[in-house]
Amino acid sequence: MSRRAVITGLGVVAPTGIGVVEHWENSLSGRPGIGPIASFDAGGSPIRWAGQVPDFDEKAFVDGKLLVQTDRWTWFAFAAAQLALADAALDPSLADPFELSVVTASASGGNAFGQREIQALWSQGSRAVSAYQSIGWFYAASSGQLSIRHQLKGACGVLVADAAGGVDALAEAARLIRRGTGAVVTGGTEAPLSPYALACQASEATVSRDGRYRPFSPDAAGYVPGEGGAILVVEERERALERGAPTVYAEIAGTSSTHDAHHVTDPAPGHRQYARAMREAVARAGLTPADIGVVFADGAGDPVRDRQEAAAIEEVFGPGRVPVTVPKTMTGRLYSGGAALDLAWAALALADGVLPPTVGVEGDVPGLDLVRQARTVDGLSAALVLARGAGGFNSAAVLTKV
Amino acid sequence: MRRAVVTGVGVIAPGGVGREEFWGRIVDGKPAIRRISVFDPSRFRSQIAAEVDFDPAAHGLTPREIRRMDRFVQMAVVCADEAVRDAGLEPEAVDRERMGVSLGSAVGATITLEEEYVVASDGGRDWVVDDRHLRPFLYQALVPSSAATELAVRFGAQGPAAVVSTGCTSGIDSIGRAYRLIQDGEADVVIAGASDAPISPITVACFDAIRATSPDNDEPEQASRPFDAGRKGFVLGEGAAVLVVEELEHARRRGARIYCEVTGYAARANGFHMTGLRPDGYELGEAVKDAMAQARLEPEDLGYISAHGSGTKQNDRHETAAYKRALGEAARGVPISSIKSVVGHSLGAIGSIEMAACALVLQRGVVPPTANLTTPDPECDLDYTPLVAREVSARHALSAGSGFGGFQSAMVFSALGDSRAGGGA
Repeated sequence: MSRRAVITGLGVVAPTGIGVVEHWENSLSGRPGIGPIASFDAGGSPIRWAGQVPDFDEKAFVDGKLLVQTDRWTWFAFAAAQLALADAALDPSLADPFELSVVTASASGGNAFGQREIQALWSQGSRAVSAYQSIGWFYAASSGQLSIRHQLKGACGVLVADAAGGVDALAEAARLIRRGTGAVVTGGTEAPLSPYALACQASEATVSRDGRYRPFSPDAAGYVPGEGGAILVVEERERALERGAPTVYAEIAGTSSTHDAHHVTDPAPGHRQYARAMREAVARAGLTPADIGVVFADGAGDPVRDRQEAAAIEEVFGPGRVPVTVPKTMTGRLYSGGAALDLAWAALALADGVLPPTVGVEGDVPGLDLVRQARTVDGLSAALVLARGAGGFNSAAVLTKV
Repeated sequence: MRRAVVTGVGVIAPGGVGREEFWGRIVDGKPAIRRISVFDPSRFRSQIAAEVDFDPAAHGLTPREIRRMDRFVQMAVVCADEAVRDAGLEPEAVDRERMGVSLGSAVGATITLEEEYVVASDGGRDWVVDDRHLRPFLYQALVPSSAATELAVRFGAQGPAAVVSTGCTSGIDSIGRAYRLIQDGEADVVIAGASDAPISPITVACFDAIRATSPDNDEPEQASRPFDAGRKGFVLGEGAAVLVVEELEHARRRGARIYCEVTGYAARANGFHMTGLRPDGYELGEAVKDAMAQARLEPEDLGYISAHGSGTKQNDRHETAAYKRALGEAARGVPISSIKSVVGHSLGAIGSIEMAACALVLQRGVVPPTANLTTPDPECDLDYTPLVAREVSARHALSAGSGFGGFQSAMVFSALGDSRAGGGA
């Protein structure tokens, strides 16, 4: 029998809260975590609003020796992985370490760490550069640190596909499970709110200048960035059932990735490749579009991309035929953490039969059944999670109730 | 099981742009290492690097492309052009929805990010930077998946695309991802490889800080000395390699020339330390054994090993132990070499450059030497092909990589007629 991958643990560190309970409660009550940037004086920055993790105390998750070796993005990963393993009641020290892996998505790496060390080099000289710059900034730092902390010694990975990377990491985790790995710690986090990283994001025309993030609204004017993300424990189904995993949230039933291959910054004229990713993920799950009970949309917040996404969903599912939600309207877009958080939302929705809402979008969106308030759904059995990355990445994952 | 073959090879390495220049250089064993020329390195402990003399305009990039792309992207694109040309692949003639991109990079657009920061922060004085001084396309530098986008757009590849960034094993892991995408039916052709352009003040400084790079500034050409008793660290390099990895029947149908088959790929993590290595080489040995088992090989079948051979004290011993552990006595009979002695260590790129070398070794029957290996370290007592290239009849080649984060990867390429992975050709 073929090996199947299920999600047995969720660890969330996001503007909606720390830990699955707080995150889910805040999500269902539609409480947004977006506010003025608090970590530095962003008064002169074109980006002054962001989704921020409230009351995050890194010392509760990372000891002092490691704190100085790692960036905030890795602190989020440490915290989310610890919470996810606890949620799964999975103790890696009881397993063969070669049966366990970690695959994370990263978009921008250790931003504040890198900025601080480049600043030290240029303002104080080469001897001021930290001995940990070589391991703190690079994109593989979080996967490496998680591998060491939790003794995850199977095939590990790091994928970069902008905001689509979280779905690609999940797909890679499912691939490893199919090929014999027992459990994979996967997902993604991001800490993109340090000054230089924000300045780099300001070169993207699609970042909101006014703090409002209203995907599918006629007046949509960009997205708000955010920090945090989610880590998921993915496990081979029989193994999870045999050890009595407390919650089997969902099965990873099908995934797909395509690329627009059109232009390095501008969206493709149509939605052909995006719709194909949706159809392939559904087909690989052995389902038809009618089986999908909710779509977690990418929600770019840019009029052109929003129209494309609405048209693609309408083409695949029929007009207004499937509830669509963009709960990241409560957090902002977390880059590689965003798709991972959407997967966590989808897993929770399947487990509880409730859809988290889209907030801040006023008026009807023609052709879309946009979920405005938490909605209970009878018989919810499959969810489609969509993620697009700057440059034309399209990724899709179908999660099904177990 | 669907099988994956290599049908095109493109390389940019120190000492020469292009596959044939690269091959000539590594067979000659003539190190392409010199005092750093792209900035004044006087203030650093290690002042040498393996630099590429690379003019993107001479290789067909437009001024607009050159402005938009970081150096690592420029090199990836030029390499991909060469690989696609070499493969005789006409993108218009293939189903581009079945064509993917898998590009490795350890540090992405680090040169651009540092240069722009220095400008925007008034030479490192301001923490809160002034974004009005920044150049456009900086988001594409911040997030290196832009490099995969550049390749996807260039070739119209609408299949799965991503950058693989597992540090110094990125270049093996990116080809490994291509192999998996083809095996699992998610793509028929993958533009796969890796690129890194890390020769910048911050990168030099961060390796200085942990004394990982060689301080032999007076004799740059002799500074990269893998497996030699006098080795003092690795020499930073830059470069790229791109392979066209293709499903076997797809390649046959279009009459492609086939270099070799990808017959095994495995990765492990040492779970030990971000930079330190266990002396016993256990995890790397496990990766090697797994890759060999996938290729259905006995240790005696190996005709060549392209070593990680970075030239640090700990790596070369660790690696020697890993080969002995994985291959037993047969480890002593296999020609092994480290081309880092010639082209330096280009972080994530080098894994793909070494896989390109393996494809060429299998095609041409010559093993490139380990340069500067004049006084073997008694603890590195395998056949590391010192100084002079050797003719061999290699049918299977293994390459190993080891990197920060504790990642260790191994890959096997096999001459097609000898490959056993698919039950015979």
